[in-house]
Amino acid sequence: MNPRYRPLAATTIIFVIAYAICISQYPSMWSTRVLGNFLTDNAFLGIAAVGATFVIISGGIDLSVGAVVGLAGVLVAVLVSQLGVHPVAAFVIVLAISAAFGASMGAAIHFLRVPPFIVTLAGMFMARGLASILTQDSIPIDHDVYRAISGLYYRLPGGGRLSAIGLLMLFVFLVGGIIAHKTRFGSYVYALGGNPTSAALMGVPVARTTIGIYALASFLGGLAGIVYSLYTSSGYPLAAVGMELDAIAAVVIGGTLLTGGYGFIFGTLIGVMLQGLVQTYIVFDGTLSSWWTKIAIGLLLFMFILLQKLVFSAQGRGPRLKRAPA
Amino acid sequence: MTTDNEVVLEARGIIKTFGNHAALKGVDISFRRGEVHALLGENGAGKSTLIKIVTGAYIPDGGTIHLEGQPVSFATPQQAQSLGIGTVYQEVNLLPNMTVSDNLFIGRQPTSAGIVNRKATDEMAREVLSRYGLDIDVRAELSTYSVAVQQIVAIARAVELSGKVLILDEPTASLDRHEVDKLFQIIRTLKARGLAIVFITHFLDQVFELSDRVTVLRNGSLIGSERIDALNRTSLVRMMLGKDLVQHHHTPVEGQAEGGETLMTVRQLGLTGKVQPIDLEIRKGEVVGVAGLLGSGRTEMARLMFGIDIADSGGLHIDGRERVVRSAREAVDLGFGFCPEDRKADGIFGDLSVRENIVIAMQARLGWFKALNRDEQMEIAGNFIEALDIRTASADLPVKLLSGGNQQKVILARWLATDPRFLILDEPTRGIDVGAHAEIVRMISRLREDGLALVVISSELDEIVSYSSRVVVMRDRTLVAELEGADITPSKIVQSIAGQAGEPVAEVTA
Repeated sequence: MNPRYRPLAATTIIFVIAYAICISQYPSMWSTRVLGNFLTDNAFLGIAAVGATFVIISGGIDLSVGAVVGLAGVLVAVLVSQLGVHPVAAFVIVLAISAAFGASMGAAIHFLRVPPFIVTLAGMFMARGLASILTQDSIPIDHDVYRAISGLYYRLPGGGRLSAIGLLMLFVFLVGGIIAHKTRFGSYVYALGGNPTSAALMGVPVARTTIGIYALASFLGGLAGIVYSLYTSSGYPLAAVGMELDAIAAVVIGGTLLTGGYGFIFGTLIGVMLQGLVQTYIVFDGTLSSWWTKIAIGLLLFMFILLQKLVFSAQGRGPRLKRAPA
Repeated sequence: MTTDNEVVLEARGIIKTFGNHAALKGVDISFRRGEVHALLGENGAGKSTLIKIVTGAYIPDGGTIHLEGQPVSFATPQQAQSLGIGTVYQEVNLLPNMTVSDNLFIGRQPTSAGIVNRKATDEMAREVLSRYGLDIDVRAELSTYSVAVQQIVAIARAVELSGKVLILDEPTASLDRHEVDKLFQIIRTLKARGLAIVFITHFLDQVFELSDRVTVLRNGSLIGSERIDALNRTSLVRMMLGKDLVQHHHTPVEGQAEGGETLMTVRQLGLTGKVQPIDLEIRKGEVVGVAGLLGSGRTEMARLMFGIDIADSGGLHIDGRERVVRSAREAVDLGFGFCPEDRKADGIFGDLSVRENIVIAMQARLGWFKALNRDEQMEIAGNFIEALDIRTASADLPVKLLSGGNQQKVILARWLATDPRFLILDEPTRGIDVGAHAEIVRMISRLREDGLALVVISSELDEIVSYSSRVVVMRDRTLVAELEGADITPSKIVQSIAGQAGEPVAEVTA
C-alpha cells in the first residue's frame, strides 16, 4: 500500500473498531437513527473542516473559522429577522462576505508575508468582535424557508433521518474531494504544502492559490455558519467558540499532515465522525461528563500525531531542513 | 562535428552590484547549441549570480542578454523558462510530496471541464521519462526515489518546458559514480539533440570528461573562456585560483617548523561519501593550512574534527586516548574552536550584541546554572575588543552592523574566550576588505606563536603560504598531499590540487 494512505487507513480502522466497541456495549447505537443524527449534529463542523483541510494541506492554518461561523450566523439572523431580507438572498450575501473576508486574509498572508497563524488570529478577533457588535444576544430566526429547510429530510430505512444539512455536508465533502484531488487548483494546494519555493519556481500561481485557499476556507466557514443557524434556528455571536480547533483536530485525526503536503478530504469526514461517535457514546452512557469527549479527542489527536511521526520518519521524510555542507 | 556552433544565449557586459559589493564586473559569456559549457570558479566568484541573471532570478544592473540573436530581459524565472532556459538546481527543486507525473506536469495537466485527466497525465509522464531511459511508476511520490532519479525528473521537466538552454547547477554533488555516469549519458544525449548545456561543478575530472568549453570566473570577472582541448588541469586550477606564479617569494614560517609537541593525531578519520579516511598530525604552535578547491572535502574534514558531522571511520587520538567527536559540544569540551565558512549563516548571531556574541561559547561551556553576570561579560568582551582591535562603537551594538572583518574577529574572540587549544578556521578572510585581511592573517600568526594549534582552510594560496607551517591538499574528498618547509609554494600547491605533479609549471599570467 502506498504509505501516504496509511494514516487514512489507520483512522478508518480505528473508527470501525471504535464503532464496533460502542455497539457491543449499546447495541442500539447500530441504527440509521444514530447515523442520521451523526451527520445532522456535526454538519457545521464537517463543512468547516473541509475548508480547514485545504488550508492545512497547503501548510497553513486557519484560526478564524469558528469566529466566521459565529459572524455568519449573526449576519443571517440580522438580515432575515431584523431587516426582512429573504433567507436565500441573505445566504448569498453572507457567503460572499465570508469569501471576501477569507480572500483578504489570504492576500495579507501572501503579499505581506505574515504567517497565517497571526493573520487568521487577527481575523478571528475581528470576526468575533464584529458579530458581538451586531448583537449581544441570540437572535431567533423564524421564517417559512427556515422551517421548510429544517423539516426537510430523507427517511432512511430503520427510522433514521438524513436531514438536509447532513446531506449538504456530504455534498461539500464530495465537492471538496473533487477539488482537492481532481483539479489543477487542488494540485497547487498540495504543491504549496510540499515546498512553496519549489512550487513558485515550477510556475504554480502562488498568490492566486493562497488567496483561493483562504477564501474557500472562509466561504465554507460562512456556509457552516448558515448551517448552524438552520440547526439552531437562531444567530448567536458566541456560537462555535473554539470550533476551529475541533476542525483542526478532525483534519489531523483524518490523516492530514499538520505541516502540509499530505492529506485527504475523505479522512477529515472520518475525523469528524469519530468525534461525533465519542459524543454519542457519552450520551448513551449518560453518567459521563460531556468533557470526556474532549479528553477522548485529545488522546486520539495525540495518537495520530505519533502515528504520523512514525509513518513519515520511517521513510526519512522529516521536515526538510537538512543543509548540505559546502 | 562542427566547432563553430550557433550561439543560443549570449550575455554581454553583465554588471551586478549588491550594496557596494560588485558581484559581477562586466562579464561576457555565450552558450552554443550542442555544446556542454562548464562554468567554474570558487565561492564568491560570481557563478551563481551570473546564472541567476540568465535565468531571470536577478535583474542585472548593466549589460545585455541575447537569445537567438534577439535582445531579451527576464523579469521572472517563469519568463526565462517559457523562452527556453531551463534550470536544475543543486538541491532538487521539485515537490517531494507529489507524484512523479504531478512534478512533470503541474499546471499543465490535461483537463476536461476542470477535472484533471490523471490517466493521460501519467501516460505523458511515462512517455517523457522513457526518453531518458527511466521506467518508473510515475504515480509514486517523488520522494520515494533516489536523488539521481529526482535529478533526472528535474532535467526532464526543464527540457520539456524550455528546450533551448539547460543549466545544471552542481548536479553531481550528491550522486555516486554510477549515477554520475548515467547522468552524463543523458547530458550527452541532450547535447546531441542540440541543447546548449551549462554545467556548474567543482569536480575537475567531470569538467574534462564532459565539457566542450570552460569559462572561469573569479571575483566577479571573466578570467577566460576556452575550448577544453586548449587546457590542462594545472592551467585550469591556476585560472580558478588566480595564481600568477612568476614572482613569488616565500619565506617559510620560522621557528617551530618541526618543533612543537603533538596535540592530537587524526587517524583514518572519514565519512562515507564525504571524506576519505584522513591521517594528520596536529602539533602545538603550528598552523596547518588546508588547500583545495571547493567541494574537495576541506570543509567536510573540519566538520568531522569538530563533531558537526559524525565520522563513520577512524577518530582522534588526544590526551592519550582514542575518541570520535560526536557533537560540537564535545569538541568544545575538548578545547576545540571552529569559525565556520559561512559567517552569516553559521557563525554570528546577527541581532545579538558584540558582547553576547563573544561570551556565548564560554557561557555554553559553563553550563546553565553558572550565568555570567553583565559586568563579567563586559569585562571579557572589553578585553577581547581591545586585544583583537574590534572596531565597534560599543560592546552592545548588534553584530550584524559590524563589517565582515570585525564580525570575523568577534567569532575569533568567542572561541579565544573559551581558552582553546585547537582552532579550526574555515575561510577566515573571505569577504573581508584588504586591511582587515592583513590583520586576520597577522592574528593567525600570533595565535600560532602563542602555542595554539590551528587548522586554517583557505582558497587564497598566498595567504596559506604566508602563515602555514605545513600545508595539506585535498582533492576529490581525499587528502592528496602534505607539503612542508620549502615545498610550501603556490605552484606546488596548484600542482597538487590539479593532480599533475609531473607537468611542467608553465609561466602563465592569469
